[in-house]
Amino acid sequence: MDFGPYLMLATLEGAVTAAVLALTASGLALVFGVMRVVNVAHGEFFMLGAVLAWWVTSLMEGYAALGFALALLIVPVLVAALAALADITVLKRLSYDPERTIVATIGILYILQQVTLMTYGPDARPVTPPFNTRLALPWVEMTENGLSLYWPWGLSITSYKLAVIGAAVVVLLALWALMTRSKLGLMMRATEQDREMALAFGIPVERVYALVFGLGAGLAALAAVLIVPIQQAHYLMGGEPLLLSFIVVIIGGLGSLPGTVLAALLIGLSDGIISVFFSPTLAKILATLLVALVLVFRPQGLFGARRA
Amino acid sequence: MKSEINKVIGLHGAVLAILFVLQFVLPAYHHGNLARIMVLATYAIGYNLLFGYTGLLSLGHALFFASGLYGMGLGMTQLGLGTGPALLLGVLAGACIGALIGALALRTEGVAFMIVTLMFAQAGYLTILYFGTYTRGDEGFVIQQADRLLFGLDLSDPSVRYFAAFSIFCVAFLVMLGVLRSRFGKVLIAIRENEERAMMLGYDVMRYKLAAVILSATLSALAGAGYGLLFGYVGASFASVQYSIFPLLWVLLGGAGTLLGPLVGTVFMFYLIDLSSGITTAYMLIAGVVLVCLTLFAPQGLMGELRNRFWRWLP
Repeated sequence: MDFGPYLMLATLEGAVTAAVLALTASGLALVFGVMRVVNVAHGEFFMLGAVLAWWVTSLMEGYAALGFALALLIVPVLVAALAALADITVLKRLSYDPERTIVATIGILYILQQVTLMTYGPDARPVTPPFNTRLALPWVEMTENGLSLYWPWGLSITSYKLAVIGAAVVVLLALWALMTRSKLGLMMRATEQDREMALAFGIPVERVYALVFGLGAGLAALAAVLIVPIQQAHYLMGGEPLLLSFIVVIIGGLGSLPGTVLAALLIGLSDGIISVFFSPTLAKILATLLVALVLVFRPQGLFGARRA
Repeated sequence: MKSEINKVIGLHGAVLAILFVLQFVLPAYHHGNLARIMVLATYAIGYNLLFGYTGLLSLGHALFFASGLYGMGLGMTQLGLGTGPALLLGVLAGACIGALIGALALRTEGVAFMIVTLMFAQAGYLTILYFGTYTRGDEGFVIQQADRLLFGLDLSDPSVRYFAAFSIFCVAFLVMLGVLRSRFGKVLIAIRENEERAMMLGYDVMRYKLAAVILSATLSALAGAGYGLLFGYVGASFASVQYSIFPLLWVLLGGAGTLLGPLVGTVFMFYLIDLSSGITTAYMLIAGVVLVCLTLFAPQGLMGELRNRFWRWLP
């Protein structure tokens, strides 16, 4: 393959990564923005989403599309409920002290991961995508007759991957509408700006917190359900989305949603492209160092204007 | 006041004496375990200096442990150093990396400090994997028995190994005791209690914190280099996030800001994991449950609770 088509393929793969990453990271950003809690267990909620999606689809053996649709509906709600429960039983009792909640979420991380290992086991298991047509993509080339289209061998994407990108865009728009256009979003933003004042105006801050924590985890789980037909479900799969989400949230300006989505695009695409042309490990080293240095020298993030 | 000092010396001397005597009475299995625990407790002591006494929560100490481990290991395999110089190189590597990370990370505080240290450690871990030709990545490499001789003593021999582990632990323990009794240690505690007040009193808080990071990193690297030398294995898993979480867990369990806490926490956690790994492969579940329970019910840890209730003089 020539360089051009190759780059396009890398970009498309990167766009799928970016879409899923934007969903996962916006969950993390939401929790940090509203609650000022760094949720280290976020990756495990992602992992739970994938594992539960496998469970639901395997219950519906033989009806791949139906099972997947069901997983898409049920799994995020289940994970959100579990996260809300964790918030009420653990985080609330720590009165959301930043350092102690980090330690507690590290504990929750290991509990979720290891319980999954005990019940689901150490295997990676695939989920059948509901539809999976291969779409060949055209590329332009210079011939004697001027520009013409041709279909290079290997340049293709599946319809499912396109659907993932589309679904992520829809969900992110819905999240944006929820935050800016609904009463619930107003309550969340009020809590984010001033907890005491929100409380004084009769906003049930503790319920908002539980809801936000659940919503954040639900977004991660939704992202996982979308990606699991491409990636397979495994009990250790939470580490990578956690690290990448951290990177995205920090570069995007801690807690700001538009910045997070922008950073997810940047990181997802560049991760895809760098991994294709260079070593994936090198890409991750550079990304983690970038994050650390951004936090040290520009704590408001590359795109954010607010103080963290 | 005088009697308190006597109590402190009495209690800690007794602990060291017990550790020394235990090598003659323990059965082989626990003998080996305790040697391992003492080296890991040295790591915990290094962590405790920063977390317990200075109030800085790092999530990236595995980087310092690993720089000791790899400084020693690579010094042997790549530079052909002898045991003594390799050990020294490991400790020195830890101090240098500690100074670098400290100078950068201390510009942030609170949650950002935790994430910055986590990210640097992750970058270090990935770097070890990236240079797999030298480090052999996840697989790691074995340090040959012929290379594990110090002053003519074979460090792979169980009783020599126990004594070496005991010496490493003693060094760290006595350094800590010295720090706590010195002006330096008192300033660190003042910074933990109220950083602004310490600053107002005219202390250069930044310099004290940097010194604490470097000393903490040096002790962690000593533990790392010692671990590789005594147990003959160097691998990337020691640089992973899990090994940054472990010292936090040990110190929290034993009691942050207590001298004996790291040892007590390491002993408890080591045997808890040892026992549960016999039952299930998901032994890290115990670590998770302990972490959550500690933050909820006993943020002071075992020795901290002991200090609150009975021994108010515990350093």
